[in-house]
This record gives sequence, C-alpha cells and structure tokens, in this order.
Amino acid sequence: MDFSDTPEEAAFRAEARAFLTANAEPRAGSRPVLRQSGIDAEGVRRCKAWQAKKADAGFAGLTWPKRFGGREASPILQVIYNQEESDFVVPRGLYEIGLGMCIPTMMAYAAPEQLDRYVRPALRGEEVWCQLFSEPAGGSDLAALRTRAERDGDDWVINGQKIWTSGAHLSDFGIIVVRTDPNLPKHEGLTFFFLDMKSPGIEIRPIHQMSGARHFNEVFFTDVRVPDSQRLGAVGQGWKVSLTTLMNERLAVGDVQRPEVDDLLELSRKVRIDGKPAIQNGAVREKIAEWHARSQGLKFTRFRTMTALSKGETPGPENSIHKLVNASKLQDIASYGLDLMGAGGLVVDEDLAEAYAMFQSALLSSPSSRIAGGSDEILKNIIAERVLGLPPDIRADKGKPFNQVPTGRR
Amino acid sequence: MNFDFSDDLKQLRDQARRFLSERCAPAVVRRSLDGQERYAADLWREIAEMGWIGAAIPEEFGGAGLGYEGLCVLAEEMGRAVAPVPFASTAYLAAEAILTAGSDAQRSAYLPKLADGSLIGCLALSEGNGNPEPGTIHARVVGGLLTGAKWPVADGSVADIAVVVASDEHRQPGLFITDLAGVRRRDLNTLDPTRNHARLDFDGTPVEKLGSGGWGAVQRVLDRAAILFAFEQVGGADACLQMAKDYAQERYAFGRPIGSFQAIKHKLADMYVALELARSNAYYGAWALGTDATDLPLAAATARVSATEAFHLASKENIQTHGGIGFTWAVDCHLFYRRSKQLGLAIGSAPFWKDRLVDLLETRNAA
Repeated sequence: MDFSDTPEEAAFRAEARAFLTANAEPRAGSRPVLRQSGIDAEGVRRCKAWQAKKADAGFAGLTWPKRFGGREASPILQVIYNQEESDFVVPRGLYEIGLGMCIPTMMAYAAPEQLDRYVRPALRGEEVWCQLFSEPAGGSDLAALRTRAERDGDDWVINGQKIWTSGAHLSDFGIIVVRTDPNLPKHEGLTFFFLDMKSPGIEIRPIHQMSGARHFNEVFFTDVRVPDSQRLGAVGQGWKVSLTTLMNERLAVGDVQRPEVDDLLELSRKVRIDGKPAIQNGAVREKIAEWHARSQGLKFTRFRTMTALSKGETPGPENSIHKLVNASKLQDIASYGLDLMGAGGLVVDEDLAEAYAMFQSALLSSPSSRIAGGSDEILKNIIAERVLGLPPDIRADKGKPFNQVPTGRR
Repeated sequence: MNFDFSDDLKQLRDQARRFLSERCAPAVVRRSLDGQERYAADLWREIAEMGWIGAAIPEEFGGAGLGYEGLCVLAEEMGRAVAPVPFASTAYLAAEAILTAGSDAQRSAYLPKLADGSLIGCLALSEGNGNPEPGTIHARVVGGLLTGAKWPVADGSVADIAVVVASDEHRQPGLFITDLAGVRRRDLNTLDPTRNHARLDFDGTPVEKLGSGGWGAVQRVLDRAAILFAFEQVGGADACLQMAKDYAQERYAFGRPIGSFQAIKHKLADMYVALELARSNAYYGAWALGTDATDLPLAAATARVSATEAFHLASKENIQTHGGIGFTWAVDCHLFYRRSKQLGLAIGSAPFWKDRLVDLLETRNAA
C-alpha cells in the first residue's frame, strides 16, 4: 500500500496545481462557499470565464476524445484534478450536469456532425446544458414520466411538464426523455431527444426551495417542436439512453459540504456546557468520534475507488455510498451543532451567527441533499440490488400498458 | 495511489479463507462453544505450521516476515471464521508487546516460540470492570514479584506466558512478562465461550520488566492491536452480511424472497455501508502499521470505532434478517453476535476509543 501517485499521475497533479495556483484563489482561510442562493448574472459571467480558461488550458473534459478538446485521460486523472481544484475557490455550479451527463450522452448517440457542432462550445462553457428527466409523476420512479411527444412530419411535438431541472433558466440546450407510446409498458414507450431551450412553447419557472435557493426549475412544454434529427437512440429506446446518462452521474464527484467534523470540533471548543467547553463533554466527544470515523471511512473508500480506477476499472454502483453517507451526516452535524449553540443557533444573521451561519444554512439545505440525484431510499435499493445482488421489488406496473398503470392523486 | 493489498497478499487471503472454511467449519467452532475444548488445538498447530502466528514477526526472531499487511489479511479471515484459537492473544498482543517493548534478549527468548506455536501468549490487562486506564490497574510488582488478580484474560487458561500490565514500586504502571506455570487460574464463563477466558491470581509470581515505557508502552500495544482487531471485526461483519444476504435470497415469505422487500434491502444496505467504511478505515490502519506512521494512534482509534460499530450492527441485523431461526442455538448467527461483543470489549470498548479518538484529534489540531 502506498498513497503516492504514479509518475504520470504525479506529473499531471503538478501540472494541474500549477494551473490552479496561477489562476485561482486558494481555499485555505477563505470563507465557506455556501451556495445559499442560485447563480446570478455575475455568477454566470464568472463561471463562463473560468470554464473557457480551464478548457483552453486542457483541464476540461479530461477523459474525452482529443478531437473534442479532451485528453483521452484515465478517470483517475479527473479525480486528481477534482482533488486539486477543491483546494481552490473556483466558480462552480453551471457546467457539472452538461459536461458530466448531457454531453457524454450526446457522444454515445448523436450524429458526428452534431457532435462537431455542440461539444466544443459546451466544453468551453459558451453553451450551457441541462437535463430534463424528473417529472411531477416521475421522481424516484423516473420511467413513470408522462410528458408526451407525438410525431408530426419531420418533427416531434412535446407537451407536458418537467421538474427539478437544475439550471434550466441558464441553459441553451437540454436533453429530454419523453413518452412516445403510452400503450406500451412504461420502460418501452420512451424516446430521447436533445432540444434548444429557447424553442417556442418552453416556459421556465424557478422553484423557491426551503433553503432560499432557486436552483431548480419547473419546465413547461406547450407544443414544442423538435426535429426528428435531434432524437438520440431509436424510438422506444429512451430508457436505455437514460441509463447511459445516469451511469455518468456516478462519475461526477460530489463536493464535500460544510460543516464537516472539523467545523463541529471548532464549534465545540467555543460553546460551553456546564461552564466548560463543550468539547470536554462525553456525549459531544462520542458524536464527534462517530462522525470522524464516517468521514474518514468515506475518504479512504474514495482512495480505494481511485486505486481501482488507477488499475483501469470503471466505477460501479458501489459509489452510491458517498452521497448516501454524506447527505445524512451533513444534516446530523448541522442539527447537532445548532443544539450545541442552544437558542443562539436560531439566528442566521451572519454578523451574529457562529461560523458564517454554515450550520443553519446546512440544516435547511441538507434535506434536498438527501433527495436530489437519487434519494437515500433509492440509493439503498441500488446497493441492495446492484451491489449485493438482492432480487428486484415486485412491481405493480410490470408489463402493463403505461396508460393502465394505477396513479394516485399526488 | 495504491490503496489495496498486493496480489501476493490477496493470494494469501484467498488461501487462508479456503483453509479456514475447511478446517475451521462451524462444527469446529462449536466444540469450543459446547465446552468440549478450550481452543481448537489441532487447528492451532496447523496455523502455526503455516507461519501465520509469526506473520509480522521479523525473520531474525523466527517469524515469517510477511509484514503487518500480511497479519491484517490473516486477521480478517480469522474473524470471518470465528476461529476458536488464541491468535489475537498470541500474535496481536503478546508478540507485539514483546516486539515493541522488549529487549533483544526477551525477543530472542520468546518470539521464535510464539511464532512456531510452541508457546501461547496472552495479555493480562483487565481487573474486572472498566476500560484500560492507569487508575484501573491495582496489580503490583514489588521486588520482581507480582501480586494481584486479572480478569477476564482472553486465553488465560491456555496461555504459557502472559504480558501483564501492573504497577511497579513507584506505582508507575507498565508492562511485565511472566511464565504462567504455577499461577492459579480459573476458567470463566463468558458471553463468548468460543474463546477461553480466565481469572489469573498472581501471588508473588516472579516477573520480568518488559521495557520501561510506562503507560505509553501499554497504550502503544493497544493502539497497534486495535488495528488488527479491526480487521477481525471487519471479517466477522462481512461474514454476517454474506449470511444475511444468502438467507434473504433463499427465504420466501408472502410468495417472494424476503430480500425483495425494501425493509430487508435497506437493512442490508446499512450493513454494507458500515462494513465498507470500517474496511476503508482498517486499510488505512494497515498502512499506518506497515509504515509505523506518526498518525498510527488516530488511525487505530478510527479503525477500532468503525469496526466495532460495523460488526455489532452486522451481527445483530443478521439475526434479525433470519427471523426466529436466527436466535436458536443451532444456527450460527449467535457465534458472530457473541464474538462481536467479545472483540468489542477486549482492549477497551467503543466509548474508550471514541474518547481517545477525540483526544488525538485535539492534539493533532493543536500541533
């Protein structure tokens, strides 16, 4: 066992570090980026500038084919770049979905001339992409989606509604999965397209979250026309294409969100219990130890994944563990930190609240972390079925034409 | 980044797993459970012949010189097999104490015999209730003679020598070593009859000092052992998850395998998560042991906390997954449930290691 990079990895790490040092502010000592609200116009400008710089230096799309501006690098180099970048404050949040999920799906299914048209502008951040999957009736049960597309000459006409679309209001293009035949069982009647988000008939409404953020959107489609040439995969093969997109989701490495254990440790030195620093309290120490063990366990699980990547293996469903553990840990640490503050924990005014109000902020944002991108329950199903090999659930909708599947009121 | 065991060690692990699944089948474990023998002596001899006991003992002292990663790999398999042998007592505790604290003369005198199985060792630490702290040590050595009672001592009745934690003339606790011939010993009934436990009554027993490291030397032995215990716990937890998974696929209720119910799936997913976190922390511990890293004490406490939690969860939820049959004497679930507690209480229980972990975090952050 050793933690050192191979010579190739070390050289790449040094190159990435040099690029970041020359172009970005180190994170150490900076205040935490809380992502309280969505990205504003200034944020978009900064994201675009950074992405162009990153792409021009060859650090965007590392694993992509060279003809699209990538390096055809092994996934381990992407992990190394992400590790290095996490030590710096860089504008984030605009391209993760487009570059992590949309464009890889395009690469698997779009025509060569379409790739020539769309990939490079996406990589340089000139064009933003979003992913139109979830619907009011299809979240965890994604394939239950109802948005319809009907053939009309060389076009398809889309009617319906998508929801939880990150960054739809900032996007130029989107990938979408829709129902083209409701008479078939649910997975069989789906078809996949990409479309122009400025198409007539698209209306985007931001969703105001409990945390105050407005990052997600509802997207309404009224007679939106999409040419058949923008279909990805065959008619009726939309589910298969969707799985390609979702496979790529696993490659995306999540941010470590704060407060982390060290933040709780620091807090527990400041606040007092029975006239002594809380860190001297046995119950507090027990909690800190447990969360430290979980954090470290995840960190070293990531190291094991990196080792597997380094040997050329592809990341699999076992990576569900990261978000599953992190999201709940974030919620629990946030809540416990506030408990330590007592009544003062209620206050979110940054001039009064401890630690830039990061505990308060995380209390309100962590519920979404446990749901978005696969709920805790779905991730546990994935681990049980795809890692441990347990049998799938018995489904009431199996084999039934979609339009005969029972639906509830919500 | 190579955060995995080498191919050679993986081969050793596979060999050990095959060997133990044959020679340490549940029927063998049950001979100890039912009180027919204090430990599986035949198995112990074979383990000694294969060089496992001395895996981490340097060749100059009669060991196999496989290094600590080798011993970690074997520890996991011992845990998986619930092996009824004094492996932990001899290899992780007695041999390690002698290796880290002893003089060259003591190393030469004891290590080759521990490695080849001709001597069994144990650590006489506890004196009844309480976790390992200087204040709990009342056994005392005056003029080279030890007086005091130690209980429970894992493998105390089957060991030939004991490393004893006792105070010296100046009431400074430290490590001593003694031959157990002639020492009054009594078997104790415990939660885990698959491991021998005894009460040792020392009454003017001649002992030798093992180094002069005081409590620091005791803690050092515990830290290093905690990593090896963590591997045993990971092995045990993995075995429980496998059992629960197999049962959930075979057992039908309401016309379907119980493993198709989310109540069972999520339970098993929770076991998997705890196990993976524990395994990753144990791996870091293996690295720290192998390189004698300055971070070793924190790595050890983290691995210990994680592994104790994982084995406890896996062993109790394995019973739960089995339903009624799970709490019968005939089904093996309870072997793991018992062993989980035995390993979890030996060398300090979870609250002790959690407290120590935070001490170490504070020290690190202060530095």
